Amino acid sequence: MHRFRFVLWRPIQLLPVLFGISVLVFVMVRSIPGDPARILLGVRSTPQAIARIRAQYGLDEPLWLQYFYFLRNLMNGEMGKSIIYRVDTLKLIDSRIQPTIFLVLGSVLLAVLIALPLATGAARYRGRLADHAIRLISTIGLGLPAFWLAIMVILLFSISLGWFPVSGYGSDWAERLHHLFLPCLTVALALSAVLTRNLRASLLMELQNDYVTAARARGLSENRIFWRHVMPNSLIPTINLLAVNIGWLIGGTVVIESVFAIPGLGQLLVKAIISRDYMVVQGVVLVFALATVAVNLIADLLTVALDPRVKL
Amino acid sequence: MTLLQVSNLTIEDRLGTALVDGVTLSVDRGEILGLVGESGSGKTLACRAMMRLLPGDGLAIRGGEIRLNGADVLAYDDKRMMAVRGREIGMIFQNPASHLNPVMTIGKQIAEGRRWHFGASRREARQQAIELLRQVGIPDPARRVDNYPHEFSGGMRQRAMIAVALACEPKLLIADEPTTALDVTVQMQVLHLLRDLRDRLGLAVILITHDLGVVAQTCDRIAVMYAGRLCETGGKRQVLGAPRHPYTRGLIECQPSSDGGVGRMVTIQGQPPLAQRFPAGCRFHPRCGRATTECTSIQPEMRVDPGTDNHAAACHHAVSVTNRGMVHGQ
Repeated sequence: MHRFRFVLWRPIQLLPVLFGISVLVFVMVRSIPGDPARILLGVRSTPQAIARIRAQYGLDEPLWLQYFYFLRNLMNGEMGKSIIYRVDTLKLIDSRIQPTIFLVLGSVLLAVLIALPLATGAARYRGRLADHAIRLISTIGLGLPAFWLAIMVILLFSISLGWFPVSGYGSDWAERLHHLFLPCLTVALALSAVLTRNLRASLLMELQNDYVTAARARGLSENRIFWRHVMPNSLIPTINLLAVNIGWLIGGTVVIESVFAIPGLGQLLVKAIISRDYMVVQGVVLVFALATVAVNLIADLLTVALDPRVKL
Repeated sequence: MTLLQVSNLTIEDRLGTALVDGVTLSVDRGEILGLVGESGSGKTLACRAMMRLLPGDGLAIRGGEIRLNGADVLAYDDKRMMAVRGREIGMIFQNPASHLNPVMTIGKQIAEGRRWHFGASRREARQQAIELLRQVGIPDPARRVDNYPHEFSGGMRQRAMIAVALACEPKLLIADEPTTALDVTVQMQVLHLLRDLRDRLGLAVILITHDLGVVAQTCDRIAVMYAGRLCETGGKRQVLGAPRHPYTRGLIECQPSSDGGVGRMVTIQGQPPLAQRFPAGCRFHPRCGRATTECTSIQPEMRVDPGTDNHAAACHHAVSVTNRGMVHGQ
């Protein structure tokens, strides 16, 4: 069990990372031209009104003091009040996080469900028609830009066939699932192309290994050799690739949620950036950073569980 | 009693080159046969063919017969062949590190054979795995059973691989250079283990090696291969003590003697031929000091020396010369 002890150290190693991210996003968002108070009050606002809002949200303080307040609020479990929504950012994030979580989880699940059988088929029927077809499809999948794919998917499944809603997010579970399917599919198609190619290559490499010959020499069936010996060995690199891609995907929700009008964190972030809602931008970016780090931790845990040679 | 009889086995690659050409071998129950030859002489290929597990693309058995307990293995369908592999003929390899699954415990890999071939329950199979580890001489097997291959030393891995093969209870074990990757003291232990298993379980062993010292210590009979063909077969004492084929004699003379010897080490001139450029006639003739025109054109047949018990050589000029004490150990 000592191989899993690295989990205890991770949060401590994480502190400097999160500190760096908080400084970076704090500085970056304030270096965009534009004043949140002016955007909030509109072009015909008086200088006195603007000054009042700036004072109310502490925007007239020196930067280092603002950063200090930001950190102090974080310690108290607050992220500062949103200028636009007038509630604490944490509450705002709490109300918007669910669609994003389901979007990411759904996309990953769908991508794995597509990639696993395709990669298996391609590897086991190497060089045959099925393999060529799967490789061609996954190469095309790699080449298609996500925004174009999203539009095509909407045109086909929502507008022509009418199977799924064009955009939005439902109020009960069935409706939400129905709404999230197309965005998840769009992401999954691109992601599964990467996963399929990687897993196929990994499976083919493992199939060449001596332990496969040894297993055949023991009279095991090809099925057993493939699922019990080759697959666990092949999944190790693919899991790490998936983790990297989930990191990208978390940032990518900004685009997908905008295209499909899903009221999640990505959309919240876009709106917050446009209205220079500093607190919300900082909060959402921190949450994204935490999520990315968490995904990588899970990937490390899986790698250690699957590969006894790995020590972290 | 003959367990495995291979007759006239010929293996060709895609271009029709015979990488193994007309090889005839037999192994009795409880016998250790040493199959000797340089790299590329076709000894591994011939043994892979016995399990019908030829490596790579395009290699195929083009002729001959393989009979296991009298039954023609080449006529078996895939399903019957699967029941032969492991269960009738087991195999261990030169490099146990790569031939064991790195992400599965040793115990599970041993237990897998019990579960697959004998339908043992998980718990039974685990107990049997511990017992097998004890049999092959792994200390503290109850703890070691849960180790992964990388937690074993080289010699222990080879023992573990033998245990994995033994779990299927084969009648014949093909050991493909099992000691080449091990240091000398561990080599000895593994060879002793093979002999011990033969004595206790009546296991027949085909020991593939290029090391005549290993053969002299371990085997009952010897078959020497050169460039895909058999040169000489016979009892260990006959072949090592009175070799009839110039190649066998050359191999024996190449062995460094234990007293250090005098002067330069003896070598066989030249290189073994590439499969695509096998010479006509006797394939050894370009390197043979005794070659005549007959040797360059006519392929010599295996001929049994009349006064002996199946001591045969494929040479036009086969003569027995009593060799300087190669036979030792025993």
